[in-house]
Amino acid sequence: MDLGFLAQFFVNGLVLGVIYALVAVGFTLFFGVLDVIKFSHGDVLMLGAFTALATYLGLSDIGVAPGVALILVFVAGIAGMAFVGAIVCKFLVLPLRGAPQLNTLLITLMFGTVIRESVRLFYPSGSNPKPFPKLLPDNAFEFGNLTLRLDSCIIVLLGILAIIFTQLFIQKTKFGLAIRAVAQDEETARLMGVNFKTVVLLTFALGSALAAVGGISTGLYYQEINFAMGLMLGLIGFSSAVLGGLGSLYGAIAGGFLFAALQTVGAVWFAVPAYKDVFAFAVVIMLMAWRPTGLLAERNEERV
Amino acid sequence: MNKVIVKILLMAFLATLIGCSDSSNKVKITFIGPLTGGVSAGGLGGRNSAELAVRLRNASGQSKYSYELVPLDDECKPNIGVQVATKASADPAVIAGVTHYCSAVAMGTVDIYHKFGLPVIVWGAVLPDITYANDYKEIHRVNGTMINQNEVAANFMVERGYKTWAVIHDTTDYGKGHNEYFSKSLSPLGGKILGTFAVNAEQQDFTAELTQIKRLNPDVIYFGGLAPTGVRIRAQMEKLAMDQVFQGTSGIVSDAFIEGAGDLAEGVLAFREGAPTEKLPGGAVFIEKYTEANFNEPPEAYGAFSFAAANLIMDAIEKVGPDRIAVMAELNATNDHDSIIGKISFDDHGQNTVAVITKYVIQDGKWVVWEDSSYAAGAKRLTR
Repeated sequence: MDLGFLAQFFVNGLVLGVIYALVAVGFTLFFGVLDVIKFSHGDVLMLGAFTALATYLGLSDIGVAPGVALILVFVAGIAGMAFVGAIVCKFLVLPLRGAPQLNTLLITLMFGTVIRESVRLFYPSGSNPKPFPKLLPDNAFEFGNLTLRLDSCIIVLLGILAIIFTQLFIQKTKFGLAIRAVAQDEETARLMGVNFKTVVLLTFALGSALAAVGGISTGLYYQEINFAMGLMLGLIGFSSAVLGGLGSLYGAIAGGFLFAALQTVGAVWFAVPAYKDVFAFAVVIMLMAWRPTGLLAERNEERV
Repeated sequence: MNKVIVKILLMAFLATLIGCSDSSNKVKITFIGPLTGGVSAGGLGGRNSAELAVRLRNASGQSKYSYELVPLDDECKPNIGVQVATKASADPAVIAGVTHYCSAVAMGTVDIYHKFGLPVIVWGAVLPDITYANDYKEIHRVNGTMINQNEVAANFMVERGYKTWAVIHDTTDYGKGHNEYFSKSLSPLGGKILGTFAVNAEQQDFTAELTQIKRLNPDVIYFGGLAPTGVRIRAQMEKLAMDQVFQGTSGIVSDAFIEGAGDLAEGVLAFREGAPTEKLPGGAVFIEKYTEANFNEPPEAYGAFSFAAANLIMDAIEKVGPDRIAVMAELNATNDHDSIIGKISFDDHGQNTVAVITKYVIQDGKWVVWEDSSYAAGAKRLTR
């Protein structure tokens, strides 16, 4: 295969991988601190994208410049979803601390449906796909058969920065230390004076903010969002997190990129590209059989 | 004491029932199409057109019955389509239906109409199997099928000197049908299909498939599917700097495609059976009345068919009365019936014979008939 095409497949997969990794990191954060799976994550991502779109429409009505609008759109999406994430945690996840984990999974799954159906029913003609504004420069660079677009590069860069920021936050700040302490041993962390509830709320806000970045990136990349976009992205993000090893940050990132790679390989290999998801999920099943705890299994003493 | 309350309640309940069936001179016709979701533009245009037919009939003062349109939403999803088709069929007040824009949905519901004996006229779905796969007397269709559409498409493209194609089609009956009939029509003409890509209609990312196509480097990308998927593919072609001609089918002939694809829509080709609305025998009148009625959405490509189907049903009811079996027999006997889309004649499968296929190209944000376009005149050139 020509090197240019190979590079093109790589770039296509890279953009997908960044978006999947952003979702997967959220799943891994939630599991890290509370050992819960929050299934409304994909729909929170979708809500983030819709919040951003609504913000943009409002801003363009009052004539804000696109550059400023881009920043405000991100701020609104991220802040909004951080808030939603904390609310979900406070009212749906924490009260079920004593109950079996299955209940948390179910209640968040149902809450996800509530979000999805609410957007479908209450956003103006919400069941139709919505065109997402082109806020990034669309200059294209040609290298032989490889077409590199500036907007794709920015999206990849942005996603990677968000993940690096998360990593630094967890490793270098006091709050991050508290998160890690809770992840390791809740009881001891409490005894050491860590405010358990605040830490957990903050973690959920952080994970959901990352989902918002993922949602807005999806909108910017495809120039279209719809109310059901969170379903598949949530499922893929969860699979990526499990594939990498739930609870491990690097695992989630690796899982996200691996899943995107599998999809791309599937689309190239098979005569019928519709099988690419079948292929990707089938490989995930096989890998799970081989390494049930994920590729980068969490070490017992360190989560997140 | 309790017995008295029960009796009162029972009587109130009966009174409500009687009250409901009291409007016995009101005849219900159902309209089923996608009113929400990605292809809702076509469905809303069809619903408005059927609604217009009913309103005009009621206002004419010459009809024996007063008609009511019951619009139902199939969301272009077979499972939802089956639900609403059952709902409409199970309502004895509904005498007939103007049903379906999406072929995949129509394929799922024909059995239901047959089982319940509800005569329906398909107004937009183009898969041949809807009328031809079964021998159901309930199913009729005023618009043409995709067979003729693809013959004309293949001829036209080969004549223009294109030699190689890549085919992308969605995996529904609709997309698969287009792939089948286009490939069949193209090979005897010497056109070559370099690769066929079946994709999920809900899929968002097509960059992998398109990169494959870029490698094959065909002259034309043929797309068999509906507008939302078409918009995504056209937009992502741009991301990969692909200059192939984008050739669509009747499924993308809709203002929604132009709205979604924006500037990238320029030079996109598509083919549809039937003349464009303004060139139909009754097209001018239809457009005038439609504009007067002030609907929020345009009639779209198949509105005139929906209007004609609703009128055909009401004509039959006027003649034989609101009875499903009689209406079905009357519809089956339709021959040279005047309508705004021209003469309607059903063959023994209930299929109308529509000979004309119109070739379209998008020029300056509008679907323009090829022969009238600057492209045919030579003022503009397609990308290849």
